Amino acid sequence: MDSKEILEIFYSLEDTFIGEYVRSSIWLFPVIESFHLIGLGILGGSIVVMDLKLMKLIFRDIDKIYILEQTKKFFVLGLSLLFITGVPLFLSEAVKLYYSRAFWIKMTCLVIGVIFVYFVRNPLIIKKQGAIMIVVGFLSFSIWTIVAASGRWIGFS
Amino acid sequence: MCGLSSGLYELIIKMLDFVVWLSETKWSIGLRESLYLYPWIESTHVLSICLFFGTLLFVDLRLTGRVFSSLSVAEMNRKVLPLTLFGFLVMFITGLLLFYAIPIRNYQNIFFRVKMLLMIIAGINALFFHKRMSNEAKVWDKDSFIPGSMKSSAITSLVLWSLVIIAGRMIAYNWFDCDRQPQPRWINTLTSCEVDYSLFEGIDGF
Repeated sequence: MDSKEILEIFYSLEDTFIGEYVRSSIWLFPVIESFHLIGLGILGGSIVVMDLKLMKLIFRDIDKIYILEQTKKFFVLGLSLLFITGVPLFLSEAVKLYYSRAFWIKMTCLVIGVIFVYFVRNPLIIKKQGAIMIVVGFLSFSIWTIVAASGRWIGFS
Repeated sequence: MCGLSSGLYELIIKMLDFVVWLSETKWSIGLRESLYLYPWIESTHVLSICLFFGTLLFVDLRLTGRVFSSLSVAEMNRKVLPLTLFGFLVMFITGLLLFYAIPIRNYQNIFFRVKMLLMIIAGINALFFHKRMSNEAKVWDKDSFIPGSMKSSAITSLVLWSLVIIAGRMIAYNWFDCDRQPQPRWINTLTSCEVDYSLFEGIDGF
C-alpha cells in the first residue's frame, strides 16, 4: 500500500458519519478531548506508579508483582477510554492528521508501548529480578512520555 | 446584599486592570509570541496530569478499599502522596505561566472561571479530607475500617478533579470570548465582558 492509497483511506474516514458529526458541533470535539485527557490521567497513573517502582523510586519495600496486579486494570481502563475517545477525534480530522508528524510519532510509539508493556515489561516483572528491571521501567516510562507529549503536539501543528 | 455585589463588581474591574497591566509586561508578550516555549509549557502542564491525577486516583481509591488494600492508608499516603503533590506543583507553576502568557483572555474566559471555582471547592474538600485523615488514619488501619464520609470525600475529590480537567481543556476552545458577540447577556455578565448592546438591536434575543 503506497502513501497515496493511505491518504485516500484517510479522506474516506474523515467522510464517515462520526467524523462529520464531531466536526458539525463546536463543543463536541473539546468535550471528547477532555475525556481523552482523563483517560491519559488514568493510564498515566498506572504507568507512573509501576515504572517508578521498577526504577526503585517508590514502593521500594513492596513486591513488584503486587504493584503490577494493582495497576494493570487502570492501564486497561485508561487505554480503553483513550481509544473510545481517540477514534472520533481521529475521524473528525483524519486528513490533517495524515500530514501531522506528531500524529505518526504518537501512533508508532503507542504500538511500541502496548507491545512493550504486554510482551516485555509485564512478563519480566513476573519472571525477572535485578538491575535489568530498572532499564525496563525506564524504557516503558520514556515510550509513554513520548506518546503523551507527541499527542499534545498534534494540536500545535 | 447590594453592597456585597457592588463590592464584588469593583473587585472584578480592579482585577481586570491588573490583568491588562500583566498582559503588557515584557515577559507576557514574549511568552505569548514564542513559537516553542508556550507549547512546551502547555505540554508539561498536560503531562503532569499523569503525575497528579493518575496518582491521586490510587490515593483516593485506596480509601474506598478498591486498590492496594493490603497496604495501610497511612503507608499508601506516605508513598504516593509526594508524587501527587509534586505533580500539583508542576501544574501550578506551568498553569501560572500559561495564565501569564494570555492574561486578559484567560481572565474573561468562562471555563477558566469555572475551573478556578472547582479548584477552590476541590481544595476545601482536600483540606477537610487531609485533616481528618491525619487525625484518624492510624485508627482505621488498626480496625481496617474507613468511615463512609471519607469514602464519599475520596470519590468527590476524583469527580471534582475530573471536572477541573474538563473545564481546563475547554479554556482553549472558549466560544464565549468577549470579541465573539453577540452572546447572551448572562454570559457577558459571568465573563465581565463590556459589550455595547445597542450594536445588536434588531437581532433576535437582544
